Parts: sequence; structure tokens; C-alpha cells
Amino acid sequence: MDPYALKTLNAERRARRAAILVTDLGDGRDRIVREGDQVAGELGVAIAKAFRSGNSGSVEAEGRTFFLNAHLPRPRLVVIGAVHISQALAPMARIAGYPLEIIDPRTAFATPDRFPEVTLHAEWPQDVLQRQPLDAYTALAAVTHDPKIDDFPLKSALDANCFYVGALGSRKTHAKRVERLLALGASAEQIARIHAPIGLDIGAASPAEIAVAILAQTILAFRSRGLDVKGAAA
Amino acid sequence: MSDSLYLDEARDPLIIAEGWMKDGKDVAIATVVETWGSAPRPVGSHLVIDADGNFHGSVSGGCVEGAVVTEAIDVIGSGKARMLEFGVADETAWQVGLSCGGRIKVYVERLG
Repeated sequence: MDPYALKTLNAERRARRAAILVTDLGDGRDRIVREGDQVAGELGVAIAKAFRSGNSGSVEAEGRTFFLNAHLPRPRLVVIGAVHISQALAPMARIAGYPLEIIDPRTAFATPDRFPEVTLHAEWPQDVLQRQPLDAYTALAAVTHDPKIDDFPLKSALDANCFYVGALGSRKTHAKRVERLLALGASAEQIARIHAPIGLDIGAASPAEIAVAILAQTILAFRSRGLDVKGAAA
Repeated sequence: MSDSLYLDEARDPLIIAEGWMKDGKDVAIATVVETWGSAPRPVGSHLVIDADGNFHGSVSGGCVEGAVVTEAIDVIGSGKARMLEFGVADETAWQVGLSCGGRIKVYVERLG
């Protein structure tokens, strides 16, 4: 392995950015491909697929055998609102492999008693996100219904290009939210990325069912990054 | 934010390999490139080895690491990468103990 490739790969991994180490198994030469880099031909198709799935493997292309080692940051889920839905979402997300944390400045809601074994921040989202910025491998679900709490992190999630942005509320509530986000400087294109009403349409009625719908939509958004998949785009 | 979101720097084989390199050590990197059946470690897993036989990570959860380390020390000496195959169909592999019934292919290369 090229020492420079190893340094580059580790720097990308430390920064929570996706990268693939492409090794020619014939001559041992390797290079790093970052997500979004253009690679032509069959190899490019295989690389794009590996970025989506996160699966490593060998591929035959241009008469050679390449090994693609995909290093994807672990996806995480940030939930704004220590509410009933979040109580159901926390254990489900953990089981599904999406570490979750909850931010809610309302100390009556954000209690360890209501959220055992969950990373919980009883603070304003702006304070937490300043310390721990959102990124493209983070999903954000805003479920407080309160613009004072939800709006800032929603705008931040759009700016950080979070792979999933969802906001609880009816179409009417969302229409008002759109106006506020426009006033905050979000573009119409950015706002179109918000999933609202939140969650895959599975007819969810209870808070726990809504949590399933949110988690399912998060997984769909993660596994279809860069693809035009029905239900993945708002 | 929980620690699991970031690299476990003290145990991450590729981070350790970079550290060894900075310390001026000769290093080999072994990577699982193919698995069949019930292989214990997924494709892409690493074992990193220095010239003294110190190693971190795993390619088989302990089954064939000893054999990989021996090969890796040769690779560090020669600079020539090797493809190793272990599985129940292979007499040697059976001796080194990939008893889980799977087969794995491990690519061993020198760093630099």
C-alpha cells in the first residue's frame, strides 16, 4: 500500500467522509477515491455501487481485477425533541445500527429517566450543533412541533447536506415552516429535501409506528444516496 | 456524541499502521478480499503486522492470524505482495484452524 494512500484514507475516515481504497490486485498499485470523484467505465459503476452499499469486494474491469475497500462513516441520527416518538425511535435506531442522540432544551422532556441509555442533550440545538456539527452522514429528524426549537437545526441540516432531513407536522404546519426557512435564507431547492410530513407513508398512527416510519425513511435515504428512488426524495 | 461514531484510534488497524510507519517501522497490511461460507470477518477487514510480528486487527477472528503474520514478515522482507487462501478444503488451512467451515482470501502487502 502506498503510504500516501494510507495517510489520505485515515484523514478522510477521521473527518467522517466516505472514501474507497482501490487496489489493483495484479500489480498492487492503489489509490483513494472520494465520494463524488468521477471514475469512468465499469470501475466507476462498481465504485458508485460500493459508496451506496458500503460493501467491499473485488471487481473485474478493463481486463484487470480491482479490490474496492469501502470506508463509509457510520451513519447517525440526531433527533430534535425528547418526545414520545423519540422514546420509541431510540431503541429501534440502535438495533438497526444507527446510533441516535436527542437534543431538547426542555429539561422536563429530556430526562435520563425517560431516555435510559440514550445520548441526551438538555440544551438548545444551536449550542450542541456548534460543538458537534452535522455532516452528510447524519440524519436529522425534528419532532418537537416548536419552531423555536426545530427551525435552527433544520436549516443547519440542509446547510450540512445531511443525508436525511425530516420534520414532524401536517402539510399546513409545514407550509408555515417553509416560509420561516425561506426567511432564514434556505433555498427552495434545499427546502424540497425536507421530508414533511415525516416518515414513509405506512399509515402510521401511534408514536411507535411513526418512529418505524421515520427509521424506515432514514434507511431508504441512506441506502439510496445519489439515486432517484421513489419515496427517498420528498 | 458517542465514541462509536468516531474511529477507535487505539484499536483501529489502519490508524495503528500509520503510527508505526511514522515511528519508522516496516509494516505489512493484510486485507480480507473474498469470503465464502461462514467466514468470521467480513471482506475489507484488516490485520496489520510489523517486522517483529506485532499485530493488530483481525482477518479471521483468531483462526489464521498466526499464519498470516508469518507470511506478512516474508512480505515485509521481499516487498512482494501475496494472496493467501484459507479454508477447510486446504490441508494447511485446516491445520492452522479455520474450523468454522468458511473460506477466505487474504491479500498481504507491504506498506510503502
